[in-house]
Amino acid sequence: MSILVDADTRVLVQGITGNQGSFHTRLMLDYGANVVAGVVPGRGGQSVHDVPVFDTVEEAVDRTQPNCGIIFVPAFAAPDAILEQAAGGVPLIVCITEGIPVIDMIPVYHRVRAAKSRLIGPNCPGVISPAHKVKVGILPGQIHLPGPVGVVSRSGTLTYEVVQSLSALRLGQSTCVGIGGDPIIGTSFIEVVDMFERDPSTEAIVVIGEIGGTDEEQCAEFIADNVSKPVFAFIAGRTAPPEKRMGHAGAIVSGGSGTAVEKIKAFESAGVRVATIPDEIAAAARSALS
Amino acid sequence: MKLHEYQARALFAGAGIPVPASNVAFSASEARGVAEEIGNPVVVKAQVLVGGRGKAGGVKLAQTPAAAQEAAEKILGLTIGGYPVEKVLVAEASDIEREIYLGAIVDRDAKRILLMVSGEGGVEIEQVARNNPSAIHREFVQPSSALDAHQGRRLGFMLGLDWRQVRQFESIARSLVKLAVRIDASLAEINPLIVTPEGDLRAIDAKVNIDDNALFRRPELAKLRNSEEETGPERRARESGISYVKLDGDIGCMVNGAGLAMALLDVIKLQGGEPANFLDVGGGADAAQVRTAMEIILADPAVNLVLVNIFGGITRCDEVARGVVAATSGLDRDVPLVVRLVGTNEEEGLAVLRSAGISAYTGMVDAVNEAVGRAAA
Repeated sequence: MSILVDADTRVLVQGITGNQGSFHTRLMLDYGANVVAGVVPGRGGQSVHDVPVFDTVEEAVDRTQPNCGIIFVPAFAAPDAILEQAAGGVPLIVCITEGIPVIDMIPVYHRVRAAKSRLIGPNCPGVISPAHKVKVGILPGQIHLPGPVGVVSRSGTLTYEVVQSLSALRLGQSTCVGIGGDPIIGTSFIEVVDMFERDPSTEAIVVIGEIGGTDEEQCAEFIADNVSKPVFAFIAGRTAPPEKRMGHAGAIVSGGSGTAVEKIKAFESAGVRVATIPDEIAAAARSALS
Repeated sequence: MKLHEYQARALFAGAGIPVPASNVAFSASEARGVAEEIGNPVVVKAQVLVGGRGKAGGVKLAQTPAAAQEAAEKILGLTIGGYPVEKVLVAEASDIEREIYLGAIVDRDAKRILLMVSGEGGVEIEQVARNNPSAIHREFVQPSSALDAHQGRRLGFMLGLDWRQVRQFESIARSLVKLAVRIDASLAEINPLIVTPEGDLRAIDAKVNIDDNALFRRPELAKLRNSEEETGPERRARESGISYVKLDGDIGCMVNGAGLAMALLDVIKLQGGEPANFLDVGGGADAAQVRTAMEIILADPAVNLVLVNIFGGITRCDEVARGVVAATSGLDRDVPLVVRLVGTNEEEGLAVLRSAGISAYTGMVDAVNEAVGRAAA
């Protein structure tokens, strides 16, 4: 088992003819994902790595029945791509694109919800489920192992760091979900943690947060009331200066709110073990699960 | 991107928000000229991109043009929050009956624009939130991003304004939200919005921050960027697609990925070192990008060692290694390097480093310990 993606996942790649789209389609296929369609307006009838390309999401859905879409199109076109997938009835939409103006995401967020689709991201590395050999994203496949740990994170490479240390201790992952580093993202920590709690294949949960916003604090509260599985956390940005955006659009301590200290305190009071060094998570999870 | 008050006032005026007559002046004599044009008592205000101007002596009332010149002379010599004052706003002075706070931000939790008001104008909203949270009233703007008229009226009545003022307030609030959407503001704030003795509402301060991600489609706003908001290396980083924040330590840092870069700073501090910067070289960086990043790091004279921490995913280790070698071979400064390189094309990357006589670690903590030890030595 896993969350969000599994052996039945059929992937549509929007922006498949671009550099990133084409490169990562190759890597997703190599990892074992079933990529059934690409969409690029004006490129219908072509193919990329033997994947047929369509002009519209609607046509791709009719012809190939994808149940998951991934978006590699540039920031100016990404909000529309998300809406096109939602309008096409794609139930799970993963948006990799970084740099979308935040005000654009307001109507997109609400319209995707109204369409009953789930959006992961934007500005995220995607989703991977090693047991099913399914990757919808840009996470490096080779560092992952199948196993019992569910990982959810706002970051990309920091997630890889933690995953590698988990795999080094033979602790595989049920699913890894990058929810994205932007201020407005489609899916919150709470929603993913809730899915892990209900997923029989997940035995422990790793939450990788960072400064900015209060999503981690809300998640901590949720964990205290609703989660029985052991949870381990790392919060990046303990030493970040206030009012400075640390790379991610959402990673900023603003008006004294969104600090790492508050997030760590919230997690600890919810019974979550918070590591001071990313690698410590793996050792803590190892001892909890053995 | 932050705007100066004079820039934000111009946007407010263009949006139909009532602001007193004003103009910017770059010298004391220019300030006098503006005061003469206005013809009434004026306020002379330092234009810096930080708060706390009043406490620092950066805001002065002047009854005559000569007094305005004198005030500007004093203010133009100040340094506020580390920024030398290079320009002043000269604005028609207003009599104040009452001060209100009105601000629009993007609320991350509600995923909407949030309009906040408080009867405690002139005070920072964060301070009101801490000390007297019940003084703040809120309205969430619909996802279509227009404030309904009734929402504006409700806030006006919550503030205890009379009906004539409520109608003015409603118009100002709706204009502010409309402006925020039109200019992709992450913050648009009037603090204070005053009620004059005649019972009219006026914005006598203006603060606007613009979403950097939106500047590609707002070229007219991108031109407003103030050079003092960033240092030379910060500007070069931004133009190269690199995220760079200067810090106070001596260990220069180059990382791929914002989360990993923050985590590296945390681990350096934990191990007793002091990072000189945050730097995310970006996903899929090539050798040229890495070289640019290295030059930006080394432009900081406080840096006496560079720690490179790369987890190759989209970014390829061999590209990073070539960039590191290229950047360090042509340098006039002999700065020690500590490299941690793992992930995509790791072997090829390590080989490139080896042939240049650079050794690399595979563990982040090992690399940090080495860097902290050598920086202290």
